[in-house]
Amino acid sequence: MQLFVFIVAGAMVLGGAVGVVLRTHPVHAALSLVLTLFGIAVLFIAQDAQFLAAVEVIVYAGAIVVLFLFVIMLLGIDRAEDLHVEPFKIQRPAALVIGVGLVSLLGIAVIASREHPVPTVTPSQAVTDALADPHNGNIRALARDVFSDHVLAFELTSALLVIAVVATVILARKPRKGETYIVSGSAQ
Amino acid sequence: MFAVDSLLDHIKLFSIPTLIVIIKVLVVFVVGLVGTMLMVWFERKVIAFMQNRIGPNKAGPKGLLQTLADGTKLFFKEDLIPDKSDRFVFKLAPYLAFVPAFLVWAIIPLGGDFSNGKNGDVKILGHVTKLQLADPPVGVLLLLALSSIAIYGIMLAGWSSGSKYPLLGSVRASAQMISYEAALGLSLATVILVTGTLSTNGIVASQFTFSRWSVIATGVLPFAIFLIAATAELNRPPFDLVEAEQELVGGFNTEYSSIRFALFFLAEFMNTITMSGVIVTLFFGGPQPLRIAGHANVLQFLGPVSGTVWLLLKVLVFLYVYVWFRATLPRLRYDQLMNLGWKLMIPLALGWFMLLAFFRVGQDSGWNTWVIGVAGIAVMALCAGLLQLASKVSARNREREGAMF
Repeated sequence: MQLFVFIVAGAMVLGGAVGVVLRTHPVHAALSLVLTLFGIAVLFIAQDAQFLAAVEVIVYAGAIVVLFLFVIMLLGIDRAEDLHVEPFKIQRPAALVIGVGLVSLLGIAVIASREHPVPTVTPSQAVTDALADPHNGNIRALARDVFSDHVLAFELTSALLVIAVVATVILARKPRKGETYIVSGSAQ
Repeated sequence: MFAVDSLLDHIKLFSIPTLIVIIKVLVVFVVGLVGTMLMVWFERKVIAFMQNRIGPNKAGPKGLLQTLADGTKLFFKEDLIPDKSDRFVFKLAPYLAFVPAFLVWAIIPLGGDFSNGKNGDVKILGHVTKLQLADPPVGVLLLLALSSIAIYGIMLAGWSSGSKYPLLGSVRASAQMISYEAALGLSLATVILVTGTLSTNGIVASQFTFSRWSVIATGVLPFAIFLIAATAELNRPPFDLVEAEQELVGGFNTEYSSIRFALFFLAEFMNTITMSGVIVTLFFGGPQPLRIAGHANVLQFLGPVSGTVWLLLKVLVFLYVYVWFRATLPRLRYDQLMNLGWKLMIPLALGWFMLLAFFRVGQDSGWNTWVIGVAGIAVMALCAGLLQLASKVSARNREREGAMF
């Protein structure tokens, strides 16, 4: 059963990934990406990481790819690109180098991990306690970990996201020359 | 492995547990389809009643078979595919709209005995099981995931039609659904905060008396926000800008005909029933009985089915409310829709969530409830004032830029 699920989900992931690269139509490529994300979600569930699976679908499939599609539709670039024009001259050789580098890095990591097992991480007491709960253990452990051991990093990440959003709004609404914005309620 | 059903822990093909699960799947599927059929009839009949009309009354007794007649008619119509459409996506989209509506039913507890803190287990053919297809530990998150997937059907339908009005309709739809999903999730978070679990079964089990029903325990406001946001998620009136007939011909499904159109239509009604079921599960205790005049469960005589009957009654109330909305409220303008979603509902849901969390922390640390209340409300008022100021400033800036709203 486990093997069967792995094979099906793996086929989904790989098929989607190949589709993202090979499909010439941007919308079809984005849909292939959704297929990949669903495959990954299934793999997560097979590994008992239900929370990650749900979040994967909500955030990536439900929000980010929808945003991609939104941009593709609104900008009207929903037709195949002409591949003969290369906007940045260095782009393709660089992509080749990075791609080969990434594949070889992953390959080395896989081979190395066969010889040297991954060192186990010792979770804090709160996390071990939460994991003892059979039903919600997974989610509780994650929550304890994020909100106790890594609360600073978590809060900083959220602050970073807010800053990014505000910055985007400011950049997008740049006043034209000779125009000033009202910054506080009292200014006229 | 999948934690779908404890019955399936040691799976064997052709055994009674497998049979029970298959029967459950079939029941959910068939009841879903028949329910959708009846919902269409119910909606037309109730709206007709509210508008002093008779409504469907020819096909079958009281017009009950009208939907069947319409469905048969749609089946035999010609299936048109526009020339400029993207054929694959065009054919795929109706199914993408239809499937999520069905899948949500898998996690809704459909009955069972929850009295005195029991967890809804029932015995079928000597096997203990729940009257619920699946009870994953992430139950409610699955619901959010499916509602975010539902966007794809509408979005891709509009785009793949290769025509202007459907595209406009689908862009509207996706913007609306993404906007209201935030409010939906935030009001749902209060339920999770109060009940302390993500599993739908656990949420129902924790609402064992009226005062613990989430609608009371969270203070009504999250329920109101959830109801409004859910209506917007469903694209039902007064939030049906997606298919505003007067503006967009028919919205995202303009180019669809025959059985594919029927699928969109079914998905919409199916979604309405599903959302009512979700509201009842989250806020009104699902199959939990209501104490009336000292009787813990006035439907006790129905035995093990009483939970299901309670659920059905509660869902019917919300179905009626949705039809009522449709018959009563005029459609919102697009900017009103966005203002309501972003400037009122999301801040309100977030503020209420923080307030409840604050109360919770106060309870755990033994602080004075009144002090917490006053401090919480003061902070909320301050935030509301700041938000008001900010939106006033930005409105003035936009006016200077010469934007329309």
